[in-house]
Amino acid sequence: MIRPEPVQHVKHRRDLALKTLVGAVPYAGFLGIVFERHGDELTAILPYDDKLIGNPDLPAIHGGVIASFLEVAAIIELSWAMLWDALESGRLRPEDMAANLPRLPKTIDFSVDYLRTGLPRDAYARARVNRSGRRYASVHVEAWQDNRARLFAQATGHFVMPQSADD
Amino acid sequence: MTEISPQEFINALPFARALGMRLDALGDGRAQISMPWDARFIGDPATGVIHGGAVSALMDTCGGAAALSYPGATTTATIDLRIDYMRAATPGQRITARAECYHVTRRVAFVRATAHDDDSANPVATATGAFTFDHKAHP
Repeated sequence: MIRPEPVQHVKHRRDLALKTLVGAVPYAGFLGIVFERHGDELTAILPYDDKLIGNPDLPAIHGGVIASFLEVAAIIELSWAMLWDALESGRLRPEDMAANLPRLPKTIDFSVDYLRTGLPRDAYARARVNRSGRRYASVHVEAWQDNRARLFAQATGHFVMPQSADD
Repeated sequence: MTEISPQEFINALPFARALGMRLDALGDGRAQISMPWDARFIGDPATGVIHGGAVSALMDTCGGAAALSYPGATTTATIDLRIDYMRAATPGQRITARAECYHVTRRVAFVRATAHDDDSANPVATATGAFTFDHKAHP
């Protein structure tokens, strides 16, 4: 009988892989974006900062910050989904990721709906991979602030998947 | 709008200032805004290419500036913005966006924009967007 893997090993592996993936993207760090993980589900968090303001009179978060937040959330979700099986099967060791970073998907197009003014407070986003083939993927992202059901922005993006060495 | 200088317009937007944006030209529904390459804005560490989101922020700012510079405009906000990424921007090179507000209705400004690096013949990205539009004539 195979004993189940100790829970702290599972958490360490997944958390280290996620931290390495996100830590490799300087622009995510510049915006202050962090990720929370529950199993394989990711939530992107954009903590409020004064530099994120676009319209100081309202004040409101800059539309470009919102687009950036959604695109970061989409790319990390897609990369995470792409790496998950290799991580869980042991084919990819998170300890090896920093020295040999995975190639990231490339954005083809990204379309953002601004539904409500971005308020000067934290924002959250979750992305859903609607279709992921060998070459192309389509990802939808939803973002909210105070209430999960009241989205303040959503986006759809298309991506070219990175090609592995054996392709 | 008319009381402040172009660069004061950018400096009044904290995030545009954070990205080091510079307003190069503005007027009559057209704007040109550029931003420097900066290691903090990298999206893909393997290539050093700027994150698409930073290019979006430049396009959004430029589109909004174009709408605001349309005669009679008072305020604007982005309704939607779609960006097509044609190629990776060359690391180390400045990115320049040009936006044109090509049609306005009583409530909406339609904007298109392109962005390029030193190779101005091959755009890095193009964008189309709709912005809210408030006129002095239709308060």
